[in-house]
Amino acid sequence: MMLLSARNLSVRLGGVDVLQDIDIAIQANEIVTILGPNGSGKSTLLRALLGIIPLSSGRVTRAPNVRIGYVPQRLAMDRSMPMTVRRFLSLPKRVSDADAAKALEKVGMSGSAQQQMTDLSGGQFQRVLLARALLCNPQILMLDEPTQGLDQPGEAAFYRLIDEVRLDSGAAVLMVSHDLHVVMAASDRVICLNRHICCEGTPRVVSNAPEYRALFGLGTQGALALYQHMHDHNHDHHHDHAHDHSDKHDHASKETHHAG
Amino acid sequence: MLDSFLLRAALAGIGLALATGLLGSFVIWRRMAYFGDATSHAAILGVALALSLDLPTEIGTLIVALAMAATVSTLASKGWAMDTTLGVLAHSALAFGLVAISFVPGVRTDLSSYLFGDILAVTKVDLAFIWGGAAVVMALLIWRWQALLTTTLNEDLAHASGLNPDRERLVLTLSLALVVAVALKLVGALLIAAMLIIPAAAARGLARNPESMAALACGIGAISSLAGLQLSLWQDTPAGPSIVTAAAVIFALVAVFGRLRAR
Repeated sequence: MMLLSARNLSVRLGGVDVLQDIDIAIQANEIVTILGPNGSGKSTLLRALLGIIPLSSGRVTRAPNVRIGYVPQRLAMDRSMPMTVRRFLSLPKRVSDADAAKALEKVGMSGSAQQQMTDLSGGQFQRVLLARALLCNPQILMLDEPTQGLDQPGEAAFYRLIDEVRLDSGAAVLMVSHDLHVVMAASDRVICLNRHICCEGTPRVVSNAPEYRALFGLGTQGALALYQHMHDHNHDHHHDHAHDHSDKHDHASKETHHAG
Repeated sequence: MLDSFLLRAALAGIGLALATGLLGSFVIWRRMAYFGDATSHAAILGVALALSLDLPTEIGTLIVALAMAATVSTLASKGWAMDTTLGVLAHSALAFGLVAISFVPGVRTDLSSYLFGDILAVTKVDLAFIWGGAAVVMALLIWRWQALLTTTLNEDLAHASGLNPDRERLVLTLSLALVVAVALKLVGALLIAAMLIIPAAAARGLARNPESMAALACGIGAISSLAGLQLSLWQDTPAGPSIVTAAAVIFALVAVFGRLRAR
């Protein structure tokens, strides 16, 4: 099912074309990652899809009443506002204690309900943001560099959590990232962005695309090796895990890449 | 029952404290302290306008405070350097107001009551205006509470939840103008911002949630009003500054107590 799509989406900010002619469609139950260097318009694309910034042309179509859970890139919580984790989960819609406890348990933060938000570590904070996004029972989760500030084990754990959420709830996941390897392993589909869509497809197709290599330079060799290692590793040992179910979706067969 | 000037003063102080407690919490959370200054200093200009046009001062104050709050709010959303802009606006509004008022004959003697308030001279009509204004502000803020909190935390998060941050900002702008119009007679243009900031700042040290902070700010504001009136009566000090003094003492006590408890 198509949850969210954009056609010919362009955004101008301060007289500069930040995004040009983006076509994108998010189906239920897939994990799509937008990959690109700094300043490529990744966050802008997410914010345009959410309606936070106006489009200069094109249009965004949402499925009727689609529920979107959003985890922003950074949330600078000011110490001037006292806020427990429990209270934060009830913004803007109040949720029951039972639902709040369930969401915290899902993200591995049980027992933190009475802690102050400002006392949480970076990783704990991201988990609470995710718990809050899950409480609206989202059909699409939008994550803007959700692992920024996490160390590598923390990052890997976070992506495992995202995958679990997708398996549990069937929500689609659209996330933005600039780190390559872990993301590659966690995604069904990758979109390479540099103000326009350079190439897109499954991680394996994209990582072989010349546009991708041009965008990310020499460093991709190492990342690619790591990706393939993890990918093979998964296939060797967990046959019924994350990668198999993606075959059920038609997008997996559309392994296209095109020059923008 | 409302014939005692002291009772009217006490009721006026409590009414003001309820409105400034709620709004003051947002002023602190959104770092709008200077915003409050600019809007309240502009009230003096409103007084000059009202006197020269023969309008009630509340109306003049409300109009000018609203204009100032809207100006500041617009400039902020256009990305002006707010520290400088507000510094310029706050002090020039006060200066223009004082100059303008000097052209109105026969007010020179009353000037200090506009700068520092005269809570002991509150009439029954004033009291009705104060409680009416405070009720409107409280109703607005409580009605939009969840949306205001979300917007204050993060505008993108608010957008993604289908809220409109501009609309919530307008609620705060309106409330601020109303509070200024209500408070001018009680604590005066120079100390309105103090009533917004000090009780809420004191409450921050005691609260674990936004709601408890706002409620405590109302309580601390009300206690300050009563204690300040008492001080004024006892030592014949000016009432408005006495109220702010009481609030500042409570703030200091909470800060010291918090330090000691943290050890």
